[in-house]
Amino acid sequence: MGKDVKGRRDFIGMALGGFTAIVGGIPALYAMKRSWDPLPSVKAAGFTTVDLSGAQENVLNVEKWRGKPIFVLKKSKDMKTDPRDVIVGKDHFHVSIGLCTHLGCIPAYIPNDHKFKCACHGGEFDASGHQIFGPPPSPLEIPPFKVDGTKLVLGEAGPEYKKMLDDGLTV
Amino acid sequence: MAHFEKAKNLNEWLDQRLAVNTLKKVMQTEYWIPKDINFLWAMGMVLAATFGMLLVSGIFLLMYYKPDTNLAFDSVNYTIMSEVGYGWLWRHIHGVGASLVFLIIYIHMFTGIYYGSYKKGRELIWLSGMGLFVAFSAEAFSGYMLPWGQMSYWAGMVITNLFSGGSLEAYGLVEWIRGDYVPADAFLTRFFMLHVLLLPLAIIGLIVLHFGTLRIPHVNNQEGEEFDYAESAELYKAGKVKESKVIPFSPVFLSKDVFVMGVYFLLFFYLVFYHFEFAMDPVNFDPADGLKTPAHIYPEWYFLWSYEILRPFSKDLGLIAFAIAQVIFFMLPFLDRSPNVAPASRRGLFKYWFWAMLIDVIVLTFMGKLPPTDALFATIGLISAVLFFVLWIALPFITKSEKKL
Amino acid sequence: MKELKIFGIVAIFTLVLYWGVEPFAHSQMHKHIESNNFVYTGAADIEEAEAAKDEKRAAKKKAFWTDVAKVAKIKGNVAAGETAFATCMGCHTGLPINMGGVIPPALDHAGALYDKNYLIALIKDPAMASNVDHKYADTTTHPMGSIKMMMSDDQQIADVVAYIMAKKAGEVTTKEAFSEACGRCHAMRYAKTSQLGDTPTFKYKKDELAHKIKVIEEQDAVKAYMGKLPPDLSIIIRARGHHFMETFVENPQGQLLGTSMPRTGLTHEGYEKVKTYLEEVGDPSKPAREELGPKVLLFFFVFTGLAFLWKKSMWKGHH
Repeated sequence: MGKDVKGRRDFIGMALGGFTAIVGGIPALYAMKRSWDPLPSVKAAGFTTVDLSGAQENVLNVEKWRGKPIFVLKKSKDMKTDPRDVIVGKDHFHVSIGLCTHLGCIPAYIPNDHKFKCACHGGEFDASGHQIFGPPPSPLEIPPFKVDGTKLVLGEAGPEYKKMLDDGLTV
Repeated sequence: MAHFEKAKNLNEWLDQRLAVNTLKKVMQTEYWIPKDINFLWAMGMVLAATFGMLLVSGIFLLMYYKPDTNLAFDSVNYTIMSEVGYGWLWRHIHGVGASLVFLIIYIHMFTGIYYGSYKKGRELIWLSGMGLFVAFSAEAFSGYMLPWGQMSYWAGMVITNLFSGGSLEAYGLVEWIRGDYVPADAFLTRFFMLHVLLLPLAIIGLIVLHFGTLRIPHVNNQEGEEFDYAESAELYKAGKVKESKVIPFSPVFLSKDVFVMGVYFLLFFYLVFYHFEFAMDPVNFDPADGLKTPAHIYPEWYFLWSYEILRPFSKDLGLIAFAIAQVIFFMLPFLDRSPNVAPASRRGLFKYWFWAMLIDVIVLTFMGKLPPTDALFATIGLISAVLFFVLWIALPFITKSEKKL
Repeated sequence: MKELKIFGIVAIFTLVLYWGVEPFAHSQMHKHIESNNFVYTGAADIEEAEAAKDEKRAAKKKAFWTDVAKVAKIKGNVAAGETAFATCMGCHTGLPINMGGVIPPALDHAGALYDKNYLIALIKDPAMASNVDHKYADTTTHPMGSIKMMMSDDQQIADVVAYIMAKKAGEVTTKEAFSEACGRCHAMRYAKTSQLGDTPTFKYKKDELAHKIKVIEEQDAVKAYMGKLPPDLSIIIRARGHHFMETFVENPQGQLLGTSMPRTGLTHEGYEKVKTYLEEVGDPSKPAREELGPKVLLFFFVFTGLAFLWKKSMWKGHH
C-alpha cells in the first residue's frame, strides 16, 4: 500500500509540475517575449508609403524612414537614366538614403547642376547617387523599396530592389 | 512555537531569534582561510567593495537620470553634472568604478589561472566567477547606453547588429532586441531596466553563489597545498597560531583585505579626481545622432580583446570566433587535464601557456582600439587572434603531458 | 619581499595596458597638428593648397597674405579709422539680424579678441582670411564679401584696424568673448543661450513659443548657409581635447579639411577667454573637484596607514 501511495503522490506532484510548466510557464514566457516586441506604432513607422503621382521633375522630395532622410527625385527627360533608377510607369526616379557615405552628413540637391553636394566635406553625387567628387567612398545607398502602382513603399524589399542588390548596385 | 527565555542583553535577544552567534562563527571567526596567501587574495573583497561603490553611486545617479532619448543626455550632462549637489562625484565614481571593476576582475581571473584555483573540486568557483564576469559585462554595456551620447548609440547599434548572425541575416532578432529598427526610445528604456534592476539582481545572486562555492573546497593557497582544515583549525583555536596553516576570515584575513583596499582606494580616488577621462570617452559627450557615424567606433578597453577577435576574420568566421571567445574561459577547468594544483611557475609547459595567454590578450586589447585600416596593426591583430585559439587548442595536450607533482 | 615582487609585476602589466589603450591608441587615431600660437600669416593656408597640388590656389593665397603683411606695416590713423568704421556699423550693429546666412558679429571687443593681421586680411577678403574660399567660386559672394569693394584702400584698412585695436578693446568677460566670437552660429543650451543671444524668461507660453520659433528660423538660416547646424557647444570642452580645440579654432581646415567653419582669428588671449567660458559651462565641477580631491586622498592615506597598523597587530605571531 505504502508503495502505491508514494507512486500516486509522485504522479500528482509531477502532474502539478508539468501542468504549471506547460500550461502556465510557456504562455507566461510568450507574454514576456511579446512585451519585448517592437510596438505597433514603431512597426507602422517602419514602412513609409510615398505617393509618386504628384512628383515634379527635378525637385527633390525628402521623406523620413526609420530615422533616416530618404531622397526621392523625379528625373527630367534631359537627365541621364541609370540602372539604379526606380521606374514607375514611364518615369524614372532616383531613390536613396540621404546620407553622405563619407561621414553621414545630409547632402543638398543643386537642381541646376543635377547633383547632390555635401556641405560638410565637399563630397558630390550625381542625380543617380554615384559619387563624383570628394571623399565619399561609395554611391548613396538605396533603401529597401517596393513599387505599388504609383506608390513607393519603403521598408519592404520588392523584386526591383532585390535585383539591384543582386547586381551589387547598393548594399 | 519554540520556548523563549527572557534575554539578558540585546546580543542574547538576537541570538535566541536569529542565532547570530552561530552565524558569526560560521561566517567570520571560524570561517578558515589558508595563511599562505599574498595580496592577490584580497581581490575578491576589493571587487565586493567596488561593487558597493557602484551600487551607492548608482542609487544617487538614478534619482535624476531620465530614461528618455530626448532627456537622457542632458539629465546626465547638465542636471547631474552641474545642478545636483555632488552629482559629478557620483558620476565620476560610477564611471571610474565601472572601468576599475574590470581591471580587478581580470587580475582576479588571471590569479585564479596562475595558481590553479579552478581544479577538481573548485570548478564551481570558476564557473560562478565566469558567470559574474558575463553579468558584469552585460551590466557595463547596458550602463554605457544610458548617457545616450554618440558612443552609446553607435556601440548599441554595432553590438546589437552582431545578433543578426552574419549570413543568417536574423534582422528580426535584432529588431526584437532593440524594440525598434534602430536604437531608439524602446531600446534605451529596456537597457535602463536591465542596468538598474535585472542585471544587478543577477549579480547579487551570483556573488552569493560565488561565496557559497568557496565554502566546501576552501580557498586555494600560494603553493596549492592540500591539508587538513579541521586539524589546522583546532591548532588555531588552541592558540598555536604559528603552527596552524589557517587564519579566521574575520578579523585576521579581513585586516589584510582592508589594508589592500586602502591602497586600492588611493588609486581609485586619484582617478576619480584627477584622471577620470580614461573612463569617460570624449566621443560620448556628443549627443547621440543616428545620422552621423563617429570616425572611430571602439568599445571600452575591457571589451577590446574580444572585439579584436571579431575583426580580423571574414564576417561569419569572425562572429563564430567571437562567440567562442566569449565562452571559452568557462571551459578552463575541463580543458586543463593536469591534476596538479600549483602555481604556473612549477607546472612545466603551462607556465609558458599562462604568460603567452596573458600577453596575447593584452596585445589583442591594444589592436582592438587601433583603426583597422593600418596593415601592420591588422596583421598583428590577426596573428594574436589565431594564437588565442591555438593556445586554447593546445591546452589539453600540454596539460595532459604535464608531470604529476 | 615576494609580495612586493608580485605587486611590481601586476603594476607593470597594468601600466602597459593603460599605455596601449590610451596614449598609444590616441596617438595613432588622431593626426597631429602643430599649433601656430595664434599667429595669422597664412602659412598654413598656403601649405594646405600646396598639399592639395592646387598651384593656382597656392599662388593666390601667397599673393593675398603678402598683401596683408604689407598693410600690417602701414601706420594706421585712429581718428581717420573712426570715420571709416561707420561703414562697418551698417551691418555690425550688435543686433541679432541675419544677413546673408549669418548674423554679423558684434565688434564691441574686436580689438581685444582678434589678431591685427587677421582683421586686415578679413577686410581685404573675408573668405580668404577665414580660409573658407573653397566654398565660393567668387569670394565676393561671401556674406561680407562686398567689403572688398567698399574698403579697397590699404591706408583706410590700416586706419580702421588701428581704430579697432585702440578703441574697441577694453576689458572683456569670458562670456562676451564667447558670444562675440562663437555665439552667432553656436548655441549653448546649458548656458541658456541660442544664436539669438540669451534666452529670456517669459511669463506667457505664447511668447515663449514665439521666441522658440524665431530661434528655429535663425538656426534654419545658419543651417542653409553652413550645410548643417553648427553644434551646440555646451560641453564641447569635454567632447574634444584641449589640443584639438586650440588648433581647430586657429585653423578649422587643418583638423577637418573642407569644413564650412570659418577661422575666427582669435588671439591667444582671446582664445583663453573663450576656453575659460567653455570650461565654466561645460565642466563646472572643476573647482569643487580640485577642492575635494586632496582631502579625500588624505583621508585614504590615513585610512591605509591605520589599516596597515591594524593588519600588523592582527598578524602578529602568525609567521
